[in-house]
Amino acid sequence: MTQTDIEKGAAAASPYVPKMARIVAADQMTETERFFRLEMEGEPLAYEPGQFVGVTVFGVGESPISICSSPTQGERIELTIRSVGLVTGALRTFEAGDRLGIRGPFGNGFDTGAMKGQDVLFVAGGLGLAPTRSLIRYVLDKREDFGKVTILAGAREPNLLLFREEIAEWVERSDADTLVTVNQPDKDWKGNVGVITRLFKQVEIDPARTCAVIVGPPVMFKFAVLEALAAGVPEHRIICSLERHMKCGVGKCGHCQIRGVYVCRDGPVFTYEQVKRLREGI
Amino acid sequence: MLPQVLKTSDLGAWVEALMAESRVAAPVLKETNVSDPTDLKFGWQYVPDPADVRLDYTVTVLGPKKFLWPPRQKLVRYNLGAGAEPEAIIDHEPHVLLGVHPCDITAIATLDAAFAKDVPDPHYLARRSDTAIIGLDCGAPCDESSFCLDMGSLYPESGFDVMLTPLGDAYFVEVATQLGEALVEAAVVRPATKQDMEAHQAFAEEKRSDFHYKLPYELKYLPEILDASYDSLVWEAIARQCFSCGSCNIACPTCYCFDVYDEVEVDLSKGCRVRRYDSCQLDPFAEVAGGENFRQERASRLRHRMFRKGKYILEQTGRVGCVGCGRCERACVAGISIKDTYVQIAGSR
Repeated sequence: MTQTDIEKGAAAASPYVPKMARIVAADQMTETERFFRLEMEGEPLAYEPGQFVGVTVFGVGESPISICSSPTQGERIELTIRSVGLVTGALRTFEAGDRLGIRGPFGNGFDTGAMKGQDVLFVAGGLGLAPTRSLIRYVLDKREDFGKVTILAGAREPNLLLFREEIAEWVERSDADTLVTVNQPDKDWKGNVGVITRLFKQVEIDPARTCAVIVGPPVMFKFAVLEALAAGVPEHRIICSLERHMKCGVGKCGHCQIRGVYVCRDGPVFTYEQVKRLREGI
Repeated sequence: MLPQVLKTSDLGAWVEALMAESRVAAPVLKETNVSDPTDLKFGWQYVPDPADVRLDYTVTVLGPKKFLWPPRQKLVRYNLGAGAEPEAIIDHEPHVLLGVHPCDITAIATLDAAFAKDVPDPHYLARRSDTAIIGLDCGAPCDESSFCLDMGSLYPESGFDVMLTPLGDAYFVEVATQLGEALVEAAVVRPATKQDMEAHQAFAEEKRSDFHYKLPYELKYLPEILDASYDSLVWEAIARQCFSCGSCNIACPTCYCFDVYDEVEVDLSKGCRVRRYDSCQLDPFAEVAGGENFRQERASRLRHRMFRKGKYILEQTGRVGCVGCGRCERACVAGISIKDTYVQIAGSR
């Protein structure tokens, strides 16, 4: 590091200052998950599916949150936030018109270029549907760029299923196969029952041209990877997004570090081939 | 500028002259109530009186990191209420670090690289660029805990503005930068003579013979040796003694992981975002909001630190993550030694 690098860096803009955004729509999706559509007050956010932002509630703190919208939807960004901590808990009371701080976007995002022309199999469990939805929307909006599209979505219970109306629209589409399952059905549930991996039996996978995008809790990830591998999908075309508590977003604070990798900078999207080598990944 | 000589008796006047221009930090004696003089404890602080400067110190409990990167640093301020208008807080003022040993010069270079690479961090770098470093060469190892020769931090070639070498009743003064030249102009010095140069060389030769390698392999093999040890039970074994207290992280001159949180003023009119030192040894460090903890086992946290120091930081920044200063071992209540660990894994496959 030379003196010039230090002086240039000393004059650089701080990466820790949030930009202001206004909530244009808010919706309590489930008891714990809240949906927000945001508009940046200055420049719109340029982002890729799979990236994340730091969301600031002024006076409370910041949380890393996946963007669940696709840049193909326009300039607004959408977030699905589960209330589990201080910041996300405070967000429960936020409504349209309220303002938030946004840093980012951070991370690598999905490699949509490499997926072009391929069949895409989405496997999204629970809150994993949020980051996956950014790519699902992207793929459906650029439908002609991709081969067969299959969407497998799972939730513990029907009332925990996110984006229910949107999933219903995907089910109606003739250019995508969408299957939904829940672990514990209620009396109104008429669909599939059981863990998400059971849905693999109902779909046809051409391993030579399939990208499997698997996002969900660690235990789901392991078994879904197993199914994808059993179907012959190679390790480098099994793609996942890892959850870590990124506190800086710029590869410094160390909280998201897995061995030599900073998830905030080198991820959060990795192939199973990479995750396997990381060992501490899942 | 050619090498100069500063008489020890003129050091105080130089410190005073430097203090007139900017704040000066140096090692001072912190604990005197000891029976054995080797138990004296030195610490870095802003010099209250030039007479307090102790350039005869062995090693400080903590390095001079805190002047470049405070343990608690405000990053952003904002309003609460209508318009938040967040803005960066980048506070810095010129200061001089006087008497920085080679290990700490090397450690600062690691911090420089970590904070400047990829996305630069002006909160650190603004303080760094306003800092002058007057190095002080070591003639002999501080104690058994140090292994600076092994970690390649004993002979820094850059990262300082001035280098002092103690030669009895005088310091041999080498100027490395323009800033260093300005600093030395404030001192009463005379050009080094042939005899001074010979004394300087004699010091260097004695230094070479006084330091000995403690690892059974060269530094360049450390990342690979760590890799080979990944699955070894050695980590479980060492972790049995570890209390996960994080003292090692606090004492380390290259540790730069941090926690980020917000603070609100008592009248609820303003808030700020703050970072403070964090420790990868503490249980919640790799925990996520849902409760999953990716380094729940004590051994995995201990291994992570040893890998970070010997491999990850080196691979990330091109600079050593451990400078062999021995502070973590001295600070460890369980007596865990990074040096002994690096020796032990040489034989674990």
